[in-house]
Amino acid sequence: MKSRWWILVAALAVPLAAQTAKNTCVECHAALDGALAKPAQLFDRDIHKKNGFSCVDCHGGDPSTEDPTKSMNRARGFVGKISRRDAPARCGRCHSDANLMHRFEPQQRVDQLAQYRTSVHGKRLAAGDTRVANCVDCHSVHDIRAVRDAESPVHPLRLPETCARCHADAEHMKGYKIPTDQFEKYRKSVHWDALAKRGDLSAPSCATCHGNHGAAPPGVASVARVCGSCHVVFENLFAKSPHRKPFDSMGLAGCVVCHSNHEIAPPTVAMVGTAPCAVCLNCHGEGDKGYQAAARMRSRIDELEGSLKRADSILRQAESSGMEVSQPLLDLGAGNENLVKAKVDLHSFDPAMVDTAVSKGLEIGQAAQRAGEKAMVERDYRRKGLALSLVTIAVTMAGLWLAVREIDRRRNHT
Amino acid sequence: MLKRVTDWLEDRTGFDSVREFLKHKTVPIHSATVWYYFGGITLFLFVIQVLTGMLLLLYYRPTPGEAFESVQFIVTQVQFGWLVRSIHSWSANLMVLSALIHMFSVFFLKAYRQPRELTWLSGMVLLFLALMFGFSGYLLPWNTLAFFATKVGTDMAGVIPGVGHFVLRFLRGGEEVTGATLTRFFGFHVAVLPGLTTVLLLFHLALVQKWGMSSHQPPGTTVPTMPFFPNFVLRELVGWYGALAVLGSLAALFPWELGTKADPFAAAPRGIHPEWYFLAVFYTLKLIPSKILVFDGEVVGILVFGLGALGWMLMPFWDRRSGGEERHRLLTGLGVFVIAYLVVFSALGYWR
Repeated sequence: MKSRWWILVAALAVPLAAQTAKNTCVECHAALDGALAKPAQLFDRDIHKKNGFSCVDCHGGDPSTEDPTKSMNRARGFVGKISRRDAPARCGRCHSDANLMHRFEPQQRVDQLAQYRTSVHGKRLAAGDTRVANCVDCHSVHDIRAVRDAESPVHPLRLPETCARCHADAEHMKGYKIPTDQFEKYRKSVHWDALAKRGDLSAPSCATCHGNHGAAPPGVASVARVCGSCHVVFENLFAKSPHRKPFDSMGLAGCVVCHSNHEIAPPTVAMVGTAPCAVCLNCHGEGDKGYQAAARMRSRIDELEGSLKRADSILRQAESSGMEVSQPLLDLGAGNENLVKAKVDLHSFDPAMVDTAVSKGLEIGQAAQRAGEKAMVERDYRRKGLALSLVTIAVTMAGLWLAVREIDRRRNHT
Repeated sequence: MLKRVTDWLEDRTGFDSVREFLKHKTVPIHSATVWYYFGGITLFLFVIQVLTGMLLLLYYRPTPGEAFESVQFIVTQVQFGWLVRSIHSWSANLMVLSALIHMFSVFFLKAYRQPRELTWLSGMVLLFLALMFGFSGYLLPWNTLAFFATKVGTDMAGVIPGVGHFVLRFLRGGEEVTGATLTRFFGFHVAVLPGLTTVLLLFHLALVQKWGMSSHQPPGTTVPTMPFFPNFVLRELVGWYGALAVLGSLAALFPWELGTKADPFAAAPRGIHPEWYFLAVFYTLKLIPSKILVFDGEVVGILVFGLGALGWMLMPFWDRRSGGEERHRLLTGLGVFVIAYLVVFSALGYWR
């Protein structure tokens, strides 16, 4: 029993001591001007401080004394400003330690440093290029926030802008021989719309395709796999398609050939076919097999789209006339599903496969069209019936009124 | 031969006395005679309700799993089912409208005064029953709007001090609107309310025959009259045909919507509101603050409406003058105010 008391006292005393422990780093730096004061001002918001870490955990030294010769004594382990080259390893001391990290974030990975070393950034840093990004360039320094914090520079909504700070800076990127328009293009893409306009945090941004800590451009052979990590069905269809082998042999990067990479526009059926805007014409010419297949797939999809639109239009017209057409409208939903399926099946580049979905959709569209026409015939029948009834009623009313007047006239005479 | 049959019938029924009564019955003629027709039009629409209701009963199934589907079957598969259902719904609304016009015309003509107090009282109860018909019938198609409107309506009944919770449970057949509520409302709609209405309607008509129609003229004035049969009846028939034309046009051009099937687990749709004749009360209750001094605002609102309706119903006992000839500016002003309130608040309730 006695020993338990000691445990309780110790448990209470440790955090108390941590809270009241002297931190002369913050005290002195807060009193300084300019850049030397900034770390002390920012650190209040840092996730490390919230988890009980302080300056010495990264910078070393002795925060218990106010004497700078002692507190910043290199013999006592003071490191001072951490060089850009050393920063990843310094962060990795804790972030690669599973035992330590799991005390604070049980789900967090601890392979960031290992991944970083495989990345273009990590390799170039190792080779002595200190202008490449290291941990602090993306995560910030002294005011580091959790990734899920909306103010963190690596929060999904802010990540593209963070990457663009370097990659859209032509001056900074000079010498690396890569374009600097990725962010500008990405902002025109369907992925940016999903992320920034619809606030879909799962929408792809830079790190989704390029990786985060192991950032590297996907190779030509792996582009379809990168896209396929979300667009699984499309990847499978493309892998079995007649495009796969020639693309591989020509060194063409799968999906990117038609859809582009950063500037991925919302895909429309106009991309397919033999019209001037169709991407098929980039490779195929009039008369070749691919040209004929593109023309056929496009015409079949147009046929289904037109059929479903006409059916929808007549059903909506019937509905607005008060006809009960909820069931055919519901059935038409299955027709639209077949249209979506046909557009997906396009990625097999096999007209027969597209035909199957189109035929099923057409059957539904035609049935809905017939239901709509029947409803409109019924509506007209009702209106004619009403007109006839109204004429009959009007004639009867007129006859009754004449009878009333005649009766009144006779009564007045008598 | 025919004479022998009629004599035989006369011996056993005494219908001659009715014929004699009709032969001598007259209707006053004056500038407001036109308002007399609305009582008959309300009766005509009630008869249409009964007939179309009986036809709907051939197919309707009052269970949560089948109610919506059976109405859908009626309007899509049954020959002229759409017309029967649409006429039933539209005539219900027109009947309430016609009954309201009839009530206000009686009010402004001061035809409720002595000796017609019981005619007024029975008419008011009939109007209340018509509203109950509407409320119970609204739920029967078991669609989303009806489900949530019933929930809101029965919630309102639940706040009546003292008996509220009992009334709520009685109406719903439990704490929530469920299949038990549907079965119960169906019972009210096709058995309880028609039974009560028929008895009361006969009583109301008998009183109308006994006291005749109010002449709306000072005593001693010779009021011109016309024979009830055939002069008034034929005119009334013209009115009925007119009502039939309006009803048929509404039913054919604007068939009553079916909506989507009720889902008790779904969130209430936006802009939900009850039938138009409850809109003014509904909107007023929405405007009342949740607390008035220490009292619950909704309770105060419902009590005020309840007392107002009771006061209106007991009008013949406030206004003790006899006959319709004597003017009463205050009561006429009250009637105009009530109509303006109902029109404005119903419109606000619909559009806001």
